[in-house]
Amino acid sequence: MTPLLHVFGVLAAVREVVPARAQMATTLGFHIILACFGIAFPTIVLIAEYIGIKRSDEVAMTLARRWSQALGVLVAVGAVTGTVLSFEMGLLWPGLMRRFGSVIGLPFALEGIFFFVEAIFTAIYLYGWRRLRPWAHFWSGIPIAVSGIFGALSVMAANSWMNQPGGFTMKAGRVVAVDPLKVFFNRAAAYEMPHMLLAAYLVAGFGVASVYAIGFLRGRRDRYHRLGFAIPFVLAAALTPVEFFVGDTAARAIAHDQPVKFATMEYVTHTTRDASEYLGGVYVHGHVYAGIRIPDLDSLLVGFSTHTKVIGLNSVPAADRPPVPTLIHLAFDVMAGLGSLSLIPLLWLLLAWWRRRSLPRHRYFWLLAAGAGPAAVVAMESGWIVTEVGRQPWVVYKLLTTTQAATTNRGVIGTLTAVIVLYTLLGVATVLILRLLARRWRKDDQRALAVPYGPPRTPDQIEAR
Amino acid sequence: MVEVVGVILLVVLTLYAILAGADFGGGLWDLLAGGDSTGRAPRRLIDDTITPVWESNHVWLIFALVILWTAFPRAFAAVMTACALPLWLAVLGIVLRGTGFAFRKEVEGIRWQRLLGATFAFSSLLTPFFMGTVVGAVAAGRVALHAEHSTLTVWTSPTSILVGCLFVAVCAYEASVFLISEAANREDRRLERYFRHRAVIAGTVAGALSLATLFELRSSDALLYHRLTGRALPLVVLAGACGVAVIVLVLAGRSRGLRVLSGAGAAAVIWGWGVAQYPTLLPGTGLTLSDGSAPHATFVTLAAVFILALVLVVPGFLLLFWLQGRQLLESDDPPTMSR
Repeated sequence: MTPLLHVFGVLAAVREVVPARAQMATTLGFHIILACFGIAFPTIVLIAEYIGIKRSDEVAMTLARRWSQALGVLVAVGAVTGTVLSFEMGLLWPGLMRRFGSVIGLPFALEGIFFFVEAIFTAIYLYGWRRLRPWAHFWSGIPIAVSGIFGALSVMAANSWMNQPGGFTMKAGRVVAVDPLKVFFNRAAAYEMPHMLLAAYLVAGFGVASVYAIGFLRGRRDRYHRLGFAIPFVLAAALTPVEFFVGDTAARAIAHDQPVKFATMEYVTHTTRDASEYLGGVYVHGHVYAGIRIPDLDSLLVGFSTHTKVIGLNSVPAADRPPVPTLIHLAFDVMAGLGSLSLIPLLWLLLAWWRRRSLPRHRYFWLLAAGAGPAAVVAMESGWIVTEVGRQPWVVYKLLTTTQAATTNRGVIGTLTAVIVLYTLLGVATVLILRLLARRWRKDDQRALAVPYGPPRTPDQIEAR
Repeated sequence: MVEVVGVILLVVLTLYAILAGADFGGGLWDLLAGGDSTGRAPRRLIDDTITPVWESNHVWLIFALVILWTAFPRAFAAVMTACALPLWLAVLGIVLRGTGFAFRKEVEGIRWQRLLGATFAFSSLLTPFFMGTVVGAVAAGRVALHAEHSTLTVWTSPTSILVGCLFVAVCAYEASVFLISEAANREDRRLERYFRHRAVIAGTVAGALSLATLFELRSSDALLYHRLTGRALPLVVLAGACGVAVIVLVLAGRSRGLRVLSGAGAAAVIWGWGVAQYPTLLPGTGLTLSDGSAPHATFVTLAAVFILALVLVVPGFLLLFWLQGRQLLESDDPPTMSR
C-alpha cells in the first residue's frame, strides 16, 4: 500500500511541477526581453542625447526623445511582468522560499534599491524633457543606466547562486547562518553576471538597430535612420567579441562546476578523454543521431588539450540528469552559433569604416543587421533554456529538487493557461503600440516636410545644411 | 534585530499603502467618472497626477515582498500557499492596471482608449480588494503553517471580505484627498469641489467599514479585538481622529495638511494592526516573529539594505515629488524634426 501511495504522491507532485515550470519559463522568457531593454536601452538613449546636446545635433536629439518614449512603454510593461515573477517565487515555488528565502532573498533585496532608483529617475527623465535644462535632463538619465546595470547584477547573483549555492550553513534542514558576500559573489556569479549583462546590451542594441536596418532596406536612408542605426549597432557590435570570450569562459567553468549540465549541453554520454564535439543532432537513449561529430574537439575546448577528461552523463543516476537533452544541446548550439555569426557584421562594419569611413552599403550587410535583433533575442532565450533546463532536476543545485520546491496547490494548469493568454495579448499589444509610435513619428516628419516655406526641416535638408 | 526588520516591513507596507493606494484609488475615480465628455476633466487630472509616480510607488510592493520572504520565509511560504487564488487575482490586477494605464496614452481612437481605460480602472479595484482579503485572512488566523492547498474558506471569511472592501475604500479616500490638493494646485475650483464631494463620501465609507471590521473582530477574533482596544488603542483612536479631521477640513474647504492627515490615518491603521499582532507573525499558528525567521546575518543585511535604500531612494523620491508638485513633469509628445 505504501509504495502505491508514494507513486500517487509523486504523480500528484509531477502534475503540478510541470505546469509550474512551464509558467515560470513563459513569464521569465517574456520578462527577460523587456528586462534587457530596461537595462541597456537607457544607455543607448543617453548616447544619442549626449551627441545631441554636445554637437547641437537636432537629429540625435529627436532620436533620444523618441526612443525615450518607446523606453517608457517597455519599462511599464517590464515593471508589471517583473512583479509577476516576484509573486511567482512564492506562488509557484513556496518550497524554495521556505527553505532558502533567507539566502536567495538578499540579492533580491539589493535589487529592490536599484529598481527604485531606476523607476524614480525614469519618471524624471521621461517627463522632464520639456521643462528641465538639457544637461540637467541628461544627468537625470545617468542613474537609470547605472541602476539598470547593478539591478541586473543583483538578479544574476540570485540566479547564479541557484547554480552554485554557497555562503550559508544548514542544520537539520534549516538555514542557520548566512554570509551575504559569499551569497552574492558565489562561484557562478563571476561568469553569469557579465554574460547576462552583455547579453542585455546585445539584445537592446541589435534590437533597436534592426528597426532602422529594416527602414534602410525599405529605402529610408536619411541621416535620421543612419544615426538611429549606428548608435545602438556600434555599441552592440563592439561588445560582441567580449561576450564571445565571456561565454566561452562560462562554458569551461560549467564543465567544472556543473558537469552534468555540461555533459547534456555537449552530448557527453560517458566520462572520457578525447571527448567529441557534436554540432546539432538528436539524443535518443544514449545515442546521438544526425549530429556532426568532431573528434577530440570538446576535450580541447574544455581544457586546451585533447586529452582533457570530460565528465559524462553516466556519472550520475538517470534520475539526476536533466530532461530533454536534445533541447538543451540544440539551445546551446543555437546560442553559440548565433554568437559566432554576430562577429560577421562587426568585421564588415570595421572593414567599411577602415576603407571608406562610412557604413557598409551592401544589401547583405543590412539584411544581416536587420536579422541581428531577433537573433540576439533567440540566442539569449536559448541561453536561459540551457542554464535553467540544464540544472534540472535541481532548483538549487544538489540541494533542492524542483519538485520539492513546487507549490502543492492544485490548479497551476489554470494559471498557466491564463498566463499564456494574457502574455500573448500583452506581447501583441506592446508590439502594436511601438509600431503605432513609429507611424506617428513618420507622419510628423512628413507633415514637417510638407511645409513649403521656412527654414530647412527634413532630415536630409538638415544634413545638407 | 528581528524587531528592527519587523518595523522596516511595517514602514515599507505603510509607504506602499499610502503612495500606491492613492494610485489605485485614482483608478476607481476614473471608473466612476462617467461618460466620455462628463468624465474628461477628472480623468485628465487623474492621468496627469498618476503618470510620473505610479511605477516608483509600485516598487514599495516589491520591496515588501522581498523583505517578507527573506526575513520570514516560513510565514511567506504559508501565505503564498494558503492564499494563492486571491494573490493571483491581485497580480492580475497589477498587470492589467499597469499596462492598461501605460497603453491608454499611446493608442489612437476613442474606442481603444475607452477599452484600455476601463481595463486600467476596473483592475485598480482587483488588487486592493484581493490584497485586503489576504491581510484579513492573516489577521483572522485562517492561514495554516503547513497548508497544502488553498481553499476558499481561508480568505472568504467576513473579516477578509470586510478588509478587502476597506482597502478599496481607503484607496479611494486617499486618492480623492490627493486629487483635491492637485486640483487646488492647478487652481481648478470645479475639480476641487468635485473631489471634495468624493472625499467626504469615501472617507465616510472607509470609516464605516473600519468600524464594521472592528465589530466583526469582536465576535470572530477576540484576542485581536482585545489588543486593538487595549495596547493598540492610541493608534486606533489616532486613525479615527485623523479621519474625522480630514472630513471636517474637506467640508470646510481647506486643502493644506489634508494629505498628511489622511496619510497619518492610514499609517495608524497599519501600525495599529502591527502593534496588536506583535509578537505573533501568523496568528493562529503560534508562529512568532523570532521563530518564523531567518539567521541573524540576514536581518543585519536587510537593515543595511534598507538604510542604503533610504539614502539613495528618499532623495530621489523627494526630487520626484518636488518636480511633480511644481508641475515640471509632463507628458511629452516628441517633436517633429522641425522643432
